[in-house]
Amino acid sequence: MFSLLQQTAPVVVEESETVIITESAEAAGHGADAAHAVAGAADAAHGASAPGMPQLDFTTFGNQIFWLLVILAVIYWVLSRIALPRIGGVISDRQGAITGDLMAAEEFKQKAKEAEAAYDKALADARAEAGKIVAANKAEIQKELDAAIAHADAEIAARAAESETRIGEIRASAVEDARSVARDVTAALVENFGGKLDQSLVDAAVDQRLKGALQ
Amino acid sequence: MAEEEAGGLVFHPMDQFVIKPLFGEGPVNWYTPTNATLWMALAALAITALLVFGTRGRAIVPNRVQSIAELLYGMVHKMVEDVTGKDGLKYFPYVMTLFCFILFANFLGLLPKSFSPTSHIAVTAVLAVLVFAGVTVLGFVKNGAHFLGLFWVSSAPLALRPVLAVIELISYFVRPVSHSIRLAGNIMAGHAVIKVFAAFAAVAAIAPVSVVAITAMYGLEVLVCLIQAYVFTILTCVYLKDALHPAH
Repeated sequence: MFSLLQQTAPVVVEESETVIITESAEAAGHGADAAHAVAGAADAAHGASAPGMPQLDFTTFGNQIFWLLVILAVIYWVLSRIALPRIGGVISDRQGAITGDLMAAEEFKQKAKEAEAAYDKALADARAEAGKIVAANKAEIQKELDAAIAHADAEIAARAAESETRIGEIRASAVEDARSVARDVTAALVENFGGKLDQSLVDAAVDQRLKGALQ
Repeated sequence: MAEEEAGGLVFHPMDQFVIKPLFGEGPVNWYTPTNATLWMALAALAITALLVFGTRGRAIVPNRVQSIAELLYGMVHKMVEDVTGKDGLKYFPYVMTLFCFILFANFLGLLPKSFSPTSHIAVTAVLAVLVFAGVTVLGFVKNGAHFLGLFWVSSAPLALRPVLAVIELISYFVRPVSHSIRLAGNIMAGHAVIKVFAAFAAVAAIAPVSVVAITAMYGLEVLVCLIQAYVFTILTCVYLKDALHPAH
């Protein structure tokens, strides 16, 4: 690579000199700039060829190699003993923490599900219990109600029977009253029409007539 | 290195890569703390700050810095696991070391006045050779002679296999070269181009264009820094996978 640069150097330097002499750098813009760059690089190679590139100064190689090995050893020691185990530990800790958190979250989710199931079950149980209590109360009330109704029915029946007997008495007395009034009226009529009053005959006739009416 | 051009422009695009002693002047011996040492050490400090102090809280819900640290960790960890499989995770710390070092060296190199260690072929070659040697040794230790099956393409016709074996062998040994030059070349080229644009900014007439170009290049370089670190790391993972599971 370096020899290639050195070979091409004279040609490029000639070109770049014409560019610089005509001073068309500003007008030529980027193209000229690039030419300048190449000129500079070529110049670098050209200039280096006389005293040598610093990269190819073999007297400094021993120094560079020695210090490079020292520095590499130091970096390797620091990295392998301190930095890398620490960073690796932190990363695996983080991974562990994330995994742990995810597992804990999963556990909590499970617990929440269980709690929900327990809640649902408790709710259902409570509903069933409430239904049972309602049914029991209803039955009890129904029983009391039935008893009350039966009691009331009995009372009503008793009262009705009592009323019946009283009505019967009243009716009987009314028949008797009607009968005696009819006898008296018949007797009075018979007497007034100048008939001979025979009380027993009158009674029989009245009874005969009333038989159909007062039944 | 300074060179006068016709327009009075001064180019030092490679000066930024010169390795200098950190304290005073003098030769660069193997032990001398240099600017390269400083910026590699700053990369190590930045990595420690982010990955160690940033995660000090060990929080389950991370703060911003810890999030970034975990992001890097997760990205490289997933890459290693996806490419090499579960048994490759043993080598995750080393892959993470490579990724963090390259990433932070690249990004710190983008600071003005800073130095990019990863722009030097010496650094990237060592990184690549460590991977190459490690993967090769690991391949033979884990699989014994079966590791050579990597070069023997059993799904190809028998006549083609020796040819393919030679090609595979060459490509295997080219790996560290491309692995290292890709990274160093990208970083070096980006920095050099930015420096060249910066030199043009000295001319008032083209300074606005230059500033816009620097900004655009800088944006591109931010991308390149991340992509090159990623590419280096994922190639490491691919080579590691070849060592662990050499069957074609």
